[in-house]
Amino acid sequence: MTTIATPRAPEDPGAPPAASAAPERTAPQRPRRGRLAAGRRRTALIWALLLAGPNIALLLVFVYRPLVESLYLSTLQWNLGSPTARFVGLGNYVEWFTAPTTGRIVTTTVVFTVATVGGAMVLGLGLALLLDKKLRGRGIARTVAFAPYVLGGFAVGILWLFMFDPRYGLIQELLGWVGLDSPDWYTSRPWPLVMVIVVYLWKNLGYVALIYLAGLQAVPQDLKDAAAIDGASAARTLRSVVLPLLTPTTFFLLVTMLLSSLQSFDTIKAMTQGGPLGSTTTLMYSIYVESFVNGRAGYASAVATVLFLVLLAVTAVQLRFVQQKVHYA
Amino acid sequence: MTAATLLRPATPATAPARRRRPRPQVGSYVTMILATIVLGAPLLWMALASLKAPDELYTLPLQWFPAQPDLDNYAQAAGAIPLGRLLVNSIGLTIVGAGLKVALGLCCAYALVFLDFPFRKLVFGLVIATLMIPPQITIIPNYTLVASLGWLNTYQGILVPGLASAFGTFLFRQHFLTLPRSVLEAAELDGAGHWRKLWRFVVPMSTPTLAAVALVSVVTEWNDYLWPFLVVDDPSKMTLPVGLTLLQNTDGMTNWGVLLAATVVVTLPILLVFLVLQRRLVAGLTAGAVTG
Repeated sequence: MTTIATPRAPEDPGAPPAASAAPERTAPQRPRRGRLAAGRRRTALIWALLLAGPNIALLLVFVYRPLVESLYLSTLQWNLGSPTARFVGLGNYVEWFTAPTTGRIVTTTVVFTVATVGGAMVLGLGLALLLDKKLRGRGIARTVAFAPYVLGGFAVGILWLFMFDPRYGLIQELLGWVGLDSPDWYTSRPWPLVMVIVVYLWKNLGYVALIYLAGLQAVPQDLKDAAAIDGASAARTLRSVVLPLLTPTTFFLLVTMLLSSLQSFDTIKAMTQGGPLGSTTTLMYSIYVESFVNGRAGYASAVATVLFLVLLAVTAVQLRFVQQKVHYA
Repeated sequence: MTAATLLRPATPATAPARRRRPRPQVGSYVTMILATIVLGAPLLWMALASLKAPDELYTLPLQWFPAQPDLDNYAQAAGAIPLGRLLVNSIGLTIVGAGLKVALGLCCAYALVFLDFPFRKLVFGLVIATLMIPPQITIIPNYTLVASLGWLNTYQGILVPGLASAFGTFLFRQHFLTLPRSVLEAAELDGAGHWRKLWRFVVPMSTPTLAAVALVSVVTEWNDYLWPFLVVDDPSKMTLPVGLTLLQNTDGMTNWGVLLAATVVVTLPILLVFLVLQRRLVAGLTAGAVTG
């Protein structure tokens, strides 16, 4: 590569203009340095292409191209695999907004998202506060709590489907201990949705707790001590000192959990396939159903665009907030 | 519901009546143990159930421990779907996929930090923006592209569309920015080229980040479901999670023992990776989270 460092072309476009317009005196030195710099720059460019090129090319082909294409597809009436497509403009969007199922899908998505994100945040914070105490065996508890997060959503779904089995599942047995009958988890509303939410909470609780733990450990001890000296109770210290300091952590978790919740697919696929009667069909799941079950790729692209806009809005809020208030270390 | 029972029941135990001096630690211990049981029980229950004979699975009241633990369910699962082949596919695709992802991210981040080239900021922006684009919107166009390439039911069809590394590139870049410039400048004076600087200096100084990114990539590749599920319907090319779908669909009535045995095969490897390399994996999965 060193050969490229001494380029033959005297008028390199990348060379600083000052080099050519240099006064006579410094002429013997200046052009050489300029040429050397231009050569280095060209070497750097070649290396950049070699090193970053493959990654960027993959991103362009498999992320940015489909992003644009999806917007185009959303204006077509087109079935997956069909050779013909018809331009319908915003027709797919109009259809989505007026479809009788849309209201139910949006409601399901909102209920699922609020319950999973809210539940995981509250329970996760509680768990983090508990595991932040100097208890023996808290390392084991942390490991057990976090383990579900590394498991695949589909396998987790299967495992819990067995747990919820109305006749031979562990859940019905536990409910029996306290004298309750197991509801029909698989079939009668609203239990299928409740079931999926419980599983999602189980899987993500440890993650939230872990991030909160990291946040808690960054809270300066002297602040807590000062609050204690002022006679603040543990609850008061939590509310007035710890929680405000955890705001960045809370916000980070809120956004990441929101994004992952809105995109969840495999657990629902394993447990309910969006049913019964669409009672567990979220926005994300309906994209899969419309494109790969019903084959309506154009319409599904329109739904995907709607979801994309929601996710984009969530991210935009995050970025705004990050710039204004949150200090990342 | 299960989750709601996590923390509440132990509260009364905070102040045991017997003692005059309150022992708040007792309540904490009870809560912690309860939480650990609730969170850990499903995994234990799955492992035990996979070793039970059918008549044991379907007897009431339920038995925790199998009377005669055997691997019969595993043998049956292997008979219904090519379990060994799926395992090999999953391991292979995970290693190759995660390896390439790390390599691509590493090289890309090196260029972004240590090379001066035009539009560097724009390129970085392109990488970062990717993190905000949900994979769902890319699915249909990518599916049609992969299908038109004749890549359905192929390993490259599963692998290639997900290879580009945005997360890895981002983490590596953040780490590289903290590396001492003087070391690299010294290396350059000694005549080290970029390739040498990358492998002999930058990589050895980045092992924790490298391990974290590698592990996170391994976990995501192993668990990936939707894309391989769409691209592959030939059992010999499937990954383990997709193979589970097959097992779930083989007959109308669920054979829980067999299905759970296969679920153990899917979850156990990644669980072991987690248990052995916990600290590094956690460092990776929580990277980007806030510290203050």
